Formats: sequence, C-alpha cells, structure tokens
Amino acid sequence: MLSVQDLAVSFKTRRGDVAAVRGISFDLAKGEILGVVGESGSGKSVTSYALMRILDAGGAITAGDITYSGLDLRRAAERDMRDIRGREISMIFQNPRAALNPIRKVGHQIEDVLRQHGRATRYDARAQAISALEAVRINDAEARYDAYPFELSGGMCQRIVCAIALACDPRLLIADEPTTGLDITTQKAVMDLMRDLIRAREMSSILITHDLGLAAQYCDRIVVMKDGVIVEQGDPVQIFAQPQHAYTRKLVDATPRAGESIRSLLPPEDRRDLVDHMVQDAPLLDVRNLVKTYQGKSGPVHAVRDISFVIKQGQSVGLVGESGCGKSTTSEILVRLMDATDGEILFDGDDIAAIPAKGFAKNPRRSDIQMVFQDATDSLNPRHTARHTIGEPLRQLGKLKGPALTARIEELATLVGLPLPLLDRFPHQLSGGQKARVGIARAIALEPRFLILDEPTAALDVSIQAVVLNLLVDLRAKLGMSYLFVSHDLHVVRLLCDHVIVMKDGQIIEQGPASVVMNNPQDAYTKALLAAAPKPPARRQSA
Amino acid sequence: MTDTAAAPRVHPQRKLDHLVYVLRANPVTLLAFVMFALIVLSAIFGPALIPYDPLATNAARALQPPSWDHWFGTDNVGRDVFSRVIVATRLDLSISVAAVALSFVVGSILGSAAGYWGGWIDNILNRILDTIMAFPLFVLAMGIVAALGNTIENIIYATAIINVPFYARLVRAEVNIRRDAGFVRAAKLAGNSDARVLAMHIFPNALPPMMVQVSLNLGWAILNAAGLSFIGLGVRPPTPEWGIMVAEGANFIVSGEWWMALFPGLWLMMAVFTFNLLGDGLRDLVDPRKRT
Repeated sequence: MLSVQDLAVSFKTRRGDVAAVRGISFDLAKGEILGVVGESGSGKSVTSYALMRILDAGGAITAGDITYSGLDLRRAAERDMRDIRGREISMIFQNPRAALNPIRKVGHQIEDVLRQHGRATRYDARAQAISALEAVRINDAEARYDAYPFELSGGMCQRIVCAIALACDPRLLIADEPTTGLDITTQKAVMDLMRDLIRAREMSSILITHDLGLAAQYCDRIVVMKDGVIVEQGDPVQIFAQPQHAYTRKLVDATPRAGESIRSLLPPEDRRDLVDHMVQDAPLLDVRNLVKTYQGKSGPVHAVRDISFVIKQGQSVGLVGESGCGKSTTSEILVRLMDATDGEILFDGDDIAAIPAKGFAKNPRRSDIQMVFQDATDSLNPRHTARHTIGEPLRQLGKLKGPALTARIEELATLVGLPLPLLDRFPHQLSGGQKARVGIARAIALEPRFLILDEPTAALDVSIQAVVLNLLVDLRAKLGMSYLFVSHDLHVVRLLCDHVIVMKDGQIIEQGPASVVMNNPQDAYTKALLAAAPKPPARRQSA
Repeated sequence: MTDTAAAPRVHPQRKLDHLVYVLRANPVTLLAFVMFALIVLSAIFGPALIPYDPLATNAARALQPPSWDHWFGTDNVGRDVFSRVIVATRLDLSISVAAVALSFVVGSILGSAAGYWGGWIDNILNRILDTIMAFPLFVLAMGIVAALGNTIENIIYATAIINVPFYARLVRAEVNIRRDAGFVRAAKLAGNSDARVLAMHIFPNALPPMMVQVSLNLGWAILNAAGLSFIGLGVRPPTPEWGIMVAEGANFIVSGEWWMALFPGLWLMMAVFTFNLLGDGLRDLVDPRKRT
C-alpha cells in the first residue's frame, strides 16, 4: 500500500546541509502495523514528516520515491496533498496538548476536520463529532464535546487527538510517539485502543517510537533506524531473539524488563562487576506523618496525605506512582524547596521540616541534601556553560575558587563521564545524555548524603538511560549516598532500589523490599502498574 | 528529535566570531551596526571635525542655501547648519542613552521583584504602572519637565519615567515564566539566596527580549527629547539640538528656506531608524542559543 524507496531528506543549517534521512526503503502492507524504532536523531520523525510532506522550513526530500496506492506523494501537488492529509493519511503527534488548539472546544476541533474534508455538513457535524468521541471510548461523549483541552487529562487529550485523526476514516495512520509523557497505565489504555481501532477499521499504521518494548508488543513488523538509515527490519520476536545488527543488540539489551540486572542493560563489553553498596540499620531520613495541602480555587487540595517512611543510611528507595500521586510534591518537600503543611522530617535525628524552605539555602544541611531534576534541559541555565553550572554549588556552598574550583569541576566531570572539552559548552550545545551528566555532577558536587533523583532518565533514550542508571549505581557505591529514586517506571526502579514505596492520591498504598513488591504485589494498583508496562519478547539467552 | 543531530562538534567560538556571524547572517543588522557606529563616532569626534563654530553667528551669510561652503546651508543668524547638526548628535544621544539606561535599571529591578515574589508587590507595582500608562506619555513628560524645571537632567528623568512601565512589564513577564524553572530550583539547592537567584540566574535570561526593547526605546527617547525641545521645554537655544533646530527652521519653511528644518529632521529620522534596526541584531548577540 505504501512503498518508500531510497528516501533521503536533508536540512539546510548554519554549517551546511545535514542529511537527516539517508536512503531508506520499506513497504507497508494493507492492515499492517509497522513500528519505526530509533533514538533521538535517528531520523524516524523526519521520515514521517516527509511522508506527509510537512517538513520544517529548510528541509527537503533530496532523493527517492514515496508511492501511496499508486500515487507519487513526493511529486504530488500541494493541493492534492491537502486532500490526502487527514482523509487518506492522518497523523497523531507526540504532545497531545500541543496538537490541540487550547482555546477551542474539542468537539469543534473534530468538526473542523470532518467539514474540511466534506464528511459532514453544518447540520450533522455535531452528531458525527460525538460518535467520533464515542469511537475512542470517551465516557459521556455528549458532555466532553464542550470541554476545552485544559480541562482534560493527558490521556484524554490523546484520545481526542486519535478521534480527530480517525474522524475521516483514513486508511493509513502515522503515530509519532503517541504515548510519550503519558502515565504507564494510560499508555497501555491508549495503545490498546489504537490497536483495536486500527484492526477494526482494517487500516494500516506506522508507529514511531523510541521504546523497542512497546513497538514489539503492538507492531507486526519493526524497522530499526539509526543515523538516518535502516539498520535492521523484521518480525518483533525475531528482532528480540536474534538481533543481527550491533545497534539493535544494544537497544535490545538496554530495554529494561523483568529478571534482568542493571549491568545487563549495557552492551556486554561494558559490563563491569557490580560493587555492593552498604546499607546500615541507622535511619538517615525518617519521615513522619507528612501532609501537604494547597488552597485551591475549589477548596483545599490534598497533595500528600499523612505519609511516613524511613530511608536508612546507604539505602536506595524507589518512590513510584503516576502523575498527580504526590511523589513530586513529596520530593520537593524533602529537598526543602517547599514547606510541608504538617509532619516531621528527621534527618540524622534533626527535624528539618521545622526549618522554613525559604531560609534553607543558608542551612549547613543544604549540602547534605541535593537533587537531580527530571528534565535535564529545563534544569540547566541556558546562559551558563557546563563548567559554570557544575561549579555553582561549589562556589556558593563549598566556597571554592580559582584552581581548586577548576580541579574539582574537572574531577566531577571525569567521575560522571563528561569529556572535559564539553565543559565550556552551553546546554543547547550538549546532547540529552550529556546534559543529564551535568545535572548529576552538579548534584553530587558537594558529596551529599541524601540524593533525590526525580525521574532522571525520563527524557533520555534507552541506551543513554542504561548508561546513566549504571553511573548512578557506581556513584552510590563510591560515595555511599542514599537515594530516593522517584519514577513512574517500576522496572527501572527495581534495577536500582532496595526498597519500593508505591503512592497513589497522596497516600502510600504499598511499601516493602523491592523484590517483594515487584514479584508479589499485594495492592491491586501495584498489580495494574506492573501489568501496564510493555512486555518485550524474550531475549536470546547467550551473553 | 533533531536537537542532538544538530549538536555542534566544534568548540564555542569567541565573541568576536559570533559578532561576525550575526552581522553576516543578516545584512540589515550589518547596516544598522554601521550606521550606529557612524552616529557614535560623530557624537565623539564631531565637535573636533566640524568646519565652523556651531554658535558663531555671521549676519553676512544668513539664510544661505546648501553650497560647498555650507553643506546644509546656514540659518537665520548665519550659523552653519551642518556643524550644528553634527554637534547636536552628542547631546541627543546622551539624553536618550541616559534616559534609557535609567529606565532599564529601574524597570528591571521593579519588574524582577514583581515577577519573582508576586503577591502584593506585584499588585501595587502593576497599579502604579497602569496609572503611568493611562496618561498620554508625551503630555506626562511635558508635565514633568514643566514642573521640575527646564534642564537637561529633567528631560532625562521625564523620558525615563515614561519608559519604565515598558521595561517593568517585560521583565516581570520574563521572570514570571522562569520563576519555577528547573534551573532556578537547582540554583536554590546550590545555596543561592532568593535575591541572588533572581539577579544571577533568572534576570540574565530576560536580556534577549530586553535588548530589542532597549534599541526601540533609544529611538523613542531621542524623538521624545527632540519633541520636548521642539515645543520649547528642555534644551534652550542657542544650544544645538535637533528638536530646537527643527522648531526654529519650521518658521522659515513657508518662505522657502527648507534646509534649516530638513537636515536636522533627516538626522533625527536616521538616528531613530538606526536604533529600530539595531534591535534584532542586539538580541542575537546576547542570546547564547544563537551561538553554536
């Protein structure tokens, strides 16, 4: 149905043409779901934009052919393309909130597409829009018709985007990272829904994702891309069982799954022996009856409701839950950026909850409690070089300057594996993994005793996630830090943590040793979380 | 997806290289910088280079049209218009730069505080700014100069006061969106006090849009100063100043002596035009993301 031959796309930039896609070929049969898997910069999104002919300014198809049902998409007139987009081929974008117009009712946005392609008239548009909403299993579609995007959750927005994409019964659906940024149970719901709809309507689909496990679960065939070329394609089970290309092997290794150790995420040649970290019985942090209540517009909002837990010295504790469960609020309170409404936080026996967050910058405990932020890009000042950023806590709290400062910064960069020449770059000149390393180097600069890791790998590619997780394990053994690892991904938490706390709606619903919680969950919610994670097929047994 | 692909492999260049790149990438910026350089040079060296004393009258050569001796002609008391136009550059430029600098500093401090702490500080500041902006700004400036007295300092203060709201508003918005950014929280964890976080981490990020505002404002400030002089407030004759010269020359346009008003007006227009063009270039210079 769709055939791509030797497609090449390049972009004009400040330092000449950059080839984003370099001669790729693949075919898509009717009714097939094709997974295009690759990491950032592999050209997978650019490929999909090229198919739809919606490349950014400066981008152009330089070679190759795209044939869709006998139609030459590369040479089709822009007017014909407008007709094809939405009606024949439609697309689901990465961020559902960005894809929806924030000031229009979602029902109207569905009507727009229907009327644009002549599928509905003024009189039956509303009824058709509502049935489109029902098709994506939105409860009470009649009422949701009048909702604005900001009133809906991320998963709900993605369903609306699905409804818009499917409104005109397209024959090919391109989904570009449709579930990135969604909670794991929502991801499962959205993906299941999409698969069911695609199967029911006998459509073809291209699923673009960085998650090999997700692609393996939902796709009939997988194409693995790297640096603008296809390195391997084939059946998902086959790719997992016997990856042919070295890069595919690396990706397969780096995909976390049950029953693996943290070192097995790395390529075999990088696996060094794991140094055990020492957990002592003395508690480092004792949280007692922590409560945080905001004054919202419609009454108080209970973000954290009376939670208590203990982190021992040297212990790594995983805090797991979906968005809105209070895990971020908890970590902000623990790191003393926010004041609790009630409760005690005993750090080494002293109640640090009693010290206002406002004045904590001058507290001697400040250097003992540090944090690695979720979004490495957002957490680095765009005007400061990596050197400046890493040196900030050393100058402010460590009172280092001159050669001692430079020496310590370079020591830290070496410790986190950041090449020294990169120290003088600005954040926008660093890759995602390098930015994560800068953030980690800054957090460990003062050798804190307690480090909060707020989804430190959420924005990273799996192969970089593997490296960063291993770095964290090595640093823990070397510096004897205690971690609070905040994450939505139980599989990642299990690799790193001794103890797991599961939160929901501001309460702890289950906690215990990692192996117990993972293998024998008691609470239904924990079970649902575990079940929602993609299940990649078994891996080849060698290595 | 493309951010890592575009990640540069070369070292950060020096600032000079970046300047050269910005100028080459945009010919309009190059033109603006050349014109700006000319204006600054004539402000610094103008008084030393001009052919005639700008204050020396010569009744024998009054109201002469432009010629090789007097490029821009002479005025009604025989002073050389060209010399006066060039000498006036220094005064007009200093008034506008001083006024803009003053409103930049005051506006930045007020706007930063309002954007960062919010609450009552924000409310009070906003109402004050609303009040200032509710006046027709030029009339407000006239009032201030008339009330405080007719001096160059008072022109600067008046021009600064009417420009403060623009800076305060802009900074407030820029600071406000970064108040809870990750790098701000990280700076707090590094032991920075609130004031330090604001001054060293948040405020510098507001500079790129501020630079556009500064250059546009320099143009307005010159117009404002010239306007005040035109209506007889501020700088007094016989001091050479573009606004006064236009005002004096206007009386003679009807009788055919167009050069007295045209040339200072033209120079005023060129200066404002230059500053308006300069904005984008300045922003590109101070934005680290433009540097690769």
